[in-house]
Amino acid sequence: MTPTTPTTREPDPIELDKPRVSIRKPEHRFDTQGEMPDGERVERAMKSFVRDFGRTAAVYMESCIHCGMCAEACHFYEVTKDPKYTPIWKLEPFKQAYKREYGPFAAVYRALNLKPKVTVERLQEWQHLIYDSCTVCGRCSLMCPMGIDIASLVSQARRGMFNAGLVPHELWAVSERARREGSPLGATPKVFRDRLEWLADDHEIEIPLDKPAADVLCTMSSIEIMKYPDSVVATARIMRHVGADWTFRLDGYEATNFGLLSGNTAGQKELTMKLIDAAVACGAKVLILPECGHAYTALRWMGANVYGKPLPFRVLHIAEFLAEQARAGKLRLRKLGKSATFHDPCQVVRRGGAIEAPREVLQALGVELHEMYPTKGTNWCCGGGGGVVAIHRADELRHKVFKIKMEQIEATGAELPVTTCANCRQTFDDGQAHFKWDKTMHSLLELVADNLVEGKQ
Amino acid sequence: MSLLDFARGPALQWSIVIFLVGVLWRLLGVLLLRTRKDLSEPRKAAAWKGLRLIALRSWPRKEFLGGTAFGEVMGYTFHLGFLLALFCFVPHVLFFADVARGLLGTDLSSLLGFGWPTLPNSIVTLLSAISIAALVAVLIHRLVSPVKRLISNFDDYFSWLVTTAPLVTGMAAFAHLGGWPYERLLAVHILSAELLLAWFPFGKLMHAFTIFVARGSTGMIFERKGASL
Repeated sequence: MTPTTPTTREPDPIELDKPRVSIRKPEHRFDTQGEMPDGERVERAMKSFVRDFGRTAAVYMESCIHCGMCAEACHFYEVTKDPKYTPIWKLEPFKQAYKREYGPFAAVYRALNLKPKVTVERLQEWQHLIYDSCTVCGRCSLMCPMGIDIASLVSQARRGMFNAGLVPHELWAVSERARREGSPLGATPKVFRDRLEWLADDHEIEIPLDKPAADVLCTMSSIEIMKYPDSVVATARIMRHVGADWTFRLDGYEATNFGLLSGNTAGQKELTMKLIDAAVACGAKVLILPECGHAYTALRWMGANVYGKPLPFRVLHIAEFLAEQARAGKLRLRKLGKSATFHDPCQVVRRGGAIEAPREVLQALGVELHEMYPTKGTNWCCGGGGGVVAIHRADELRHKVFKIKMEQIEATGAELPVTTCANCRQTFDDGQAHFKWDKTMHSLLELVADNLVEGKQ
Repeated sequence: MSLLDFARGPALQWSIVIFLVGVLWRLLGVLLLRTRKDLSEPRKAAAWKGLRLIALRSWPRKEFLGGTAFGEVMGYTFHLGFLLALFCFVPHVLFFADVARGLLGTDLSSLLGFGWPTLPNSIVTLLSAISIAALVAVLIHRLVSPVKRLISNFDDYFSWLVTTAPLVTGMAAFAHLGGWPYERLLAVHILSAELLLAWFPFGKLMHAFTIFVARGSTGMIFERKGASL
């Protein structure tokens, strides 16, 4: 194993405009950040793991019966049959540390050394399991007969790993870059403003920016700004179509939150607060999150807890907003007359609860929906969530996982695969190129924008 | 003091004390931890409805059934067999009634208002045998399944042992097996049950309590979000 120590100035870790370079047999490695003694790394990992340890997480730690059933729900286990990908095993050093340092019988475990101390080598070994081979999709949490939300524990373990400087380099770098520049992929305020001007000119559409007051604050993900700028235009066209009083704001436009994915709690808070402050500043009644899964988790479900009080505005995923508009009869859409299948983004659907909204929008588009099997809450993850798509050394494993999605989609016989997460879409684009597949993933948002019936009817 | 006296006397008292204190300590050790109020706007206000996960998760969704059916069926088999043998075998019921009379100073039936149901000895024998067979099957599965073998530790095997032992010793005592005097067989049986009680708070057997809290907590958190249960 070869540890690498990255510096703070790094090249763009995700080269979105260039083909991905995949190493066929990458050397097994782990990454470390910062200089500190091994003992301190372990100490930091464990302290931050248990720092926010409340009742629920502790009950989870006390409840596992080692039945191994969670393996059956994990896509990484499904395609490899390698037992190390059993979801609960991904937490083993943290379970060990919990019993020894924190649980009700910790004193007994320590006195009799029933659970040995976790070593830095063990944590380094586990980096691959906690990051490269877990998308935090939470499918295992639906399987566990004890009802343990394993995905939430993995997120907690990631916080420990981040504080110990044991994060895969690419995730660490994008998280740092987001903190430094306001965007993980270089969509700085200047880049965003330039892009908006260029898109507004090119598409002859007004894109309001920095309005001092607006009912609706729209946000985008960096993947959309840098790779799928049509989504920005689609957002503007839809807002104009429904007659919304809306704006983008340079002080809060970037919904991507790599702080959440890497385990950087301070970074996560900083990025979340930017959005909240921007919405408060313009007196927004609604903040609309883009087609991005973890952005939804970060603000919709964690935002108020970061803020310390209930948010003074509603938070909606763009698919929820579209469904509301469709229900209110404000969306006039051409009927597509095609068959489509919907890929459920885990953080929006399974863990986020916006299960029916995207389907309502598809219905409004007049598509014949062919559901995948399994679908909705138990749909398979694309394999790129949880930051995995950013980790190059995980490419080979991720591509294996992607085959599940290809088979699922092919089995539906639908003409259009559709999703509502740019990260899933990016994973599909990469998978399509890798396997030379003839199916292209479509954005629900862009599909709606492309089929708006403009003008009075 | 004979072995049977020891089993019925101090061993029983101590195992009950260890069980009660240990279970309380472990449960309170986690239940008394703080929990933060979730300030996000709920999608569904009646989060308590998520408590239905306690019942729902008793059987896997059909999407997951394929790979887990063996574990589920065997698990239910030995749990049910064990519980029925424990609570519906006539000598056990008489024993519990004795203990209850000693502790509460009244008959269990007058307290409950009805007589405790019992099963014929032949049925209990059959259930015990089926339970033991299922327990052996799950042990073999734990040893041959790469997933279960990897994630297993001392607790898994020792908990298996202390669960299986009372069934085996109970059947041996009932059938007067091994050429030992009945009193000694009975004493060994009672001691094996006391070992189960004493181990209970320290290992995975605690899931008998934590399962409700874990399922209930997850159910309420997920229901609040409208997420899939």
